[in-house]
Amino acid sequence: MREISFTQALDEAMLEEMERDARVITFATRRATALERTFGGKRVRFTPISEAAFTGIGLGAAGSGYRPVVHWGMVTFSFVAMDQIVNQASKIRYMFGGQADFPVTYRCTTGGGAQIAAQHSQSPYSMFMHLAGLKIVLPATPADAKGLLKSSIRDNNPVIFFECSRLAAVTGPVPDGDVTVPLGVAEVKRAGRDVTVVGLAYYVREALAVAEALAREGISVEVIDPRTLVPLDVAAIRASVRKTGRLVVVDEAPATCSAASEIIAVVTEDPETFRALKAPAQRVCAAPVPVPFSPPLEKAALPDQARIEAAIRRVL
Amino acid sequence: MSVEMLRAMILIREFDLLAIELRKQKRVHGVVHPYVGEEAVAVGVCSALRRTDRITSTHRGHGHCIAKGADINRMMAELFGRVDGYCKGKGGSMHIADFAIGMLGANGIVAGGLPIACGAALAAQLEGAGAVTACFFGDGATGEGEFHESLNIASLWKLPLIFVCENNQYGAENAVESVRVVGDIATHAAAYGLPGVTVDGNDVLAVHDATRAAVERARGGDGPTLLHCRTFRWLFHAMRDAPPPETRSADLLASWTARDRDAIARLEDHLAGQGVLTESALRTMRDEVKRDLDAAVAFAEASPYPDPKDLLVDMFAP
Repeated sequence: MREISFTQALDEAMLEEMERDARVITFATRRATALERTFGGKRVRFTPISEAAFTGIGLGAAGSGYRPVVHWGMVTFSFVAMDQIVNQASKIRYMFGGQADFPVTYRCTTGGGAQIAAQHSQSPYSMFMHLAGLKIVLPATPADAKGLLKSSIRDNNPVIFFECSRLAAVTGPVPDGDVTVPLGVAEVKRAGRDVTVVGLAYYVREALAVAEALAREGISVEVIDPRTLVPLDVAAIRASVRKTGRLVVVDEAPATCSAASEIIAVVTEDPETFRALKAPAQRVCAAPVPVPFSPPLEKAALPDQARIEAAIRRVL
Repeated sequence: MSVEMLRAMILIREFDLLAIELRKQKRVHGVVHPYVGEEAVAVGVCSALRRTDRITSTHRGHGHCIAKGADINRMMAELFGRVDGYCKGKGGSMHIADFAIGMLGANGIVAGGLPIACGAALAAQLEGAGAVTACFFGDGATGEGEFHESLNIASLWKLPLIFVCENNQYGAENAVESVRVVGDIATHAAAYGLPGVTVDGNDVLAVHDATRAAVERARGGDGPTLLHCRTFRWLFHAMRDAPPPETRSADLLASWTARDRDAIARLEDHLAGQGVLTESALRTMRDEVKRDLDAAVAFAEASPYPDPKDLLVDMFAP
């Protein structure tokens, strides 16, 4: 299979979905020159730096028959649009009794590790998970990025699509043609017996590297990628933990009220899965600080392979 | 048409006066934000729109719903929290919507509807069928960034949109002059390169004419207009169990509720003067409004409360 980068995979998804459905429109503060050349300035727009307005414009156009893909740039900038996300997008369908659909996709980059400091290194997906009413997508591979973006655009609900910055240039096999990945279906990225590691985005790769290393010692690690956080494939995660009896969750968001916390909660509150646990579940997350700038400090703040390995050894 | 406008204005006023009484009796729930005194804005604007045009509304939104043609039975059922309400009892007074008639929703957040209205107008522009969107908001919304962002983008993209500022003189409890230096809200338009028009918001015919001009401009592809309607909130900002005490001077209230300034009385007198409205016709109209409202209450009370088993229904679209 051909190998392309995460970014190229996302570009392909946009191009194919805009070709497939004339109701797909897109806007961002940055000009999408290639798309604009193909589909014209009516469907492909650049906007003033007015996040609240263009986030709401996406929602209003979605409620009026279009399928906007709105790119915030970094998730950082979404915070300027919180009214439209929290008070409007996440509630609009339910509070109106389901009388209209709002098929809008909000894209944004996320995560640290690029020495761009506190404001531009955030991983706030759990804030949005908490709202209820938004679907939350967080792919880890180019193939998933493409397939999940296609599904997000076709979904009839507001979706926040997180694109991990450190994965942008990562390449991987991506099937040709119209291949979608359903929202709400986790994938076992590596099967194993002894411990379940649930990784998110960049940390799926890191977990796989650790699993490979530990395999040489005869430790068998199962790596699960939820791929979407809302809906969360609870059944797949529980099934894996029932098999291995051990759970480590790895993410670069700080641990407090995080996706990692939620994953551990859904595992431990299920009686059958709880009884299968042989060790306390572990979170390997970022330190509870704004991500610092200087490389050694930033490295100290974020999870790494050594910490993932240490957590695995703690539960074995 | 003017007689129909009068009927709509009377219905709006009586609907909200009734809602206050029903809330005092604890028959409807939550918060009531009465639109009494401001009826000419909703009716003047919506009478210049087509059914296929869209509107966005505010927390004080019953008038906009009625003016756009919403069913008062389903509105009342929503206030009662019943399953036959517009939102199946999930929204209440501040979140009534009727997408079938282009009413894209009341909104509990000041200025929250402006970006959504821009999105609806963008959709209409792409559809190319000449539909427009009217976006209602209060004077308080001019303090929000969403107001300024929306005016700029709408002007930049020439969106078919009418920004309707209902200046009822108060942002929640605060008089407009205590939170703004510039009194004429239409002046904001110049900064964003769109026309700004100030009208007497208690003169329904003036509001209608100004809206018609703005709608024509929008349908013709020339972009948005900011319409500043000066009106007055006769009653309180919001009530829960009981209306809050009146803190404004009796003189001020009397000056706005006088027959020569009350939007409904002015239209009645105008129509009577033209010989198109007799006293008996007006009496009949008022009786019909009362009968329709009684029927709406009966409809609402006959509707069951939503079943708690449906709590999670409508969360996500299939």
